[in-house]
Amino acid sequence: MATIYRVSKTDIELPLIMKIPKLAFGSHPACYVGFEVEQMILATLSGPHVPKFIAKGDMDATPYIVMEYIEGPALHDYIGKSRLDIPGIVRLVSALAAAVHDLHRQNVVHLDIKPANVLYRPTGEAVLVDFGLARHAYLPDMVEEEFHMPVGTSAYISPEQVVGRRCDPRSDIFAIGVILYQLSTGRLPFGAPTTIRGFRKRLYRDPVPPRRIAPGLPEWLQEITLHCLEVRASERYATAAQVACDLSHPEHVPLTARGARLERAGYLTAFRRWLETLWFEPPPCPAPSAHLAVAPHILVALDTTHSDEALFQALRDAVHRMVAAEKRCRITCVTVLEPSILTEEESSRELARSLYTQRLVESRHWAQPLELSAEQMRFHVLEAGDPATALLEYARAYHVDQIVMGARGSTALRRILGSVSSKVAAEAPCSVTVVRAPRAQ
Amino acid sequence: MKIAILSDIHNNLEALQSCLAHAAAQGAEQFVFLGDIVGYGADPLACLDIIETLVKQGAVAVKGNHDEAVLSGLCERMNFSARDAIYWTRAQLGQKELAFLQSLPMFVKNGDTLYVHASADRPERWNYITGARDAGRCIKAAGTAFTFAGHVHHPVLYYVSNHEAPRAFQPTPGMPIPIFPHRQWLAIVGSVGQPRDGNNAASYVILDRQQSTLTFFRVPYDYISAEKKIMAAGLPHRLALRLESGH
Repeated sequence: MATIYRVSKTDIELPLIMKIPKLAFGSHPACYVGFEVEQMILATLSGPHVPKFIAKGDMDATPYIVMEYIEGPALHDYIGKSRLDIPGIVRLVSALAAAVHDLHRQNVVHLDIKPANVLYRPTGEAVLVDFGLARHAYLPDMVEEEFHMPVGTSAYISPEQVVGRRCDPRSDIFAIGVILYQLSTGRLPFGAPTTIRGFRKRLYRDPVPPRRIAPGLPEWLQEITLHCLEVRASERYATAAQVACDLSHPEHVPLTARGARLERAGYLTAFRRWLETLWFEPPPCPAPSAHLAVAPHILVALDTTHSDEALFQALRDAVHRMVAAEKRCRITCVTVLEPSILTEEESSRELARSLYTQRLVESRHWAQPLELSAEQMRFHVLEAGDPATALLEYARAYHVDQIVMGARGSTALRRILGSVSSKVAAEAPCSVTVVRAPRAQ
Repeated sequence: MKIAILSDIHNNLEALQSCLAHAAAQGAEQFVFLGDIVGYGADPLACLDIIETLVKQGAVAVKGNHDEAVLSGLCERMNFSARDAIYWTRAQLGQKELAFLQSLPMFVKNGDTLYVHASADRPERWNYITGARDAGRCIKAAGTAFTFAGHVHHPVLYYVSNHEAPRAFQPTPGMPIPIFPHRQWLAIVGSVGQPRDGNNAASYVILDRQQSTLTFFRVPYDYISAEKKIMAAGLPHRLALRLESGH
């Protein structure tokens, strides 16, 4: 499809490659369009999760793309060798999910996420390559124009891609699910069909539950995998950031029948689902950024050590308004525990554990009147000396879209030292809402 | 080289000035006017003066159906308010302005680019391009990689590869779209002076020849002053009200 050369330029220190399409008279239009699409989309992308775009050559004269060379390893290199352990899978796939989320934030859906297209930097960050089938929400879709059948890699493409829908960011989440399945069981959930009929099978036949194939697999991993593989995009995770977050906090993943089951649905169910596929119409999809905007990750920073019921209520009111506005939002409630009491002594560890539990219980007590589902609300206790730094780190690591926190009253000491909320508001990578309890003027 | 392409100014001085200032801020060095400088609005002299000056400095301008109608062409096919505006405009213009309108060509072909008011397919018929079929005829008649047209007042971009019918793409304002000359493109640039797609901001495009990109822009302008002038001139009220609604 393309020839790749290592190249260099005197004023650029990055290692570079040049990609030149192999185009000859009569070559398949896929080579040509894929190259054009990659040129078009890569030039709009930035950040650590894509190879840096350097230059391109005109399609009518000398087509080429020069981009950053990513040495790898590729995710593909981990497959087929010895089975990865759970921490290994979590590390690789949560980095992948973070990269996919960053791509969606830039309004691009990859649509060909597979182990060969995922590389890793030495820092552990995932880099997505090969944008030949990708779709930018605000640019013309040349691929759709060119093909009248599903395009993608058969093992990884989503049900909506099978029926020709090329715009839903959750298609990439489906592919992440296939990869999770493959890494944890050594098998592909839907095989690698070559016919349209074979492609369509994933619309009605659910895969063998991973724990059936690999009995030692934890329920939470199956829960996450099958949650990604839901046939209807609306039943999958709303964002790739949520997948990354759940992989990193398995103890907080609410377990459902999805995680527990050991059998596929029976033939009768499969038949009913097959009937349903006859009028399967995926919903229209908004631009990825608009999709992410209605499924924000909201972090509520709670200080339960100062019981201020008026402030707690004001925080609940603020969160209530957000949930009412965006029903698909994910709320993470965080409290920060000072580690100063932690020593190696058994009594001290026990004390720490009980403090930790105490914080969790208090957080849940605060959230209880909100009546949110386990799926929508998570609770974390962070151990850190400086609450502001801990909150900021958490927000960066888990793609938080908005932080909600209470402002405590102003005291002389806080004016001098600076408050937690002012530091968070000044340095956060996202919007920060500082909530105050209503008071008499 | 960045080229700002504006169409359907329709005597709207406020919209024209806002778009020219916006284009200058974007680094546009050349200007193209796709016709219908006159009609509807209350500032024919000021708009013609600005455009004539730019044309003397090298800008390109083509003739639109309202320009032709003012030059005593037939306007029986126009609706009443459009016709009233033509009669009113005709009374405002002197010899100089009429001579300038008379001098405008029906289209301009510049290498791989063609500029026309309505359609490259029999431009004198002022056919509206409202779908892929009309777009296909226009692209075929033009024979160029890039065709720019106005007349329809709804911004849209059509594109074709060698073996497919054109497809319509709804551009997002401010987002540069890479356009490669191995395909054919037809950009309907929208209207500066009388947008009709429900967005009352003026519409125009910038073609960046160096980067090979096309960007559609929407520029909010002082439509309140433009409306007041239309009322004061005694032109049909409907022409004032539609500037606010953008319909």
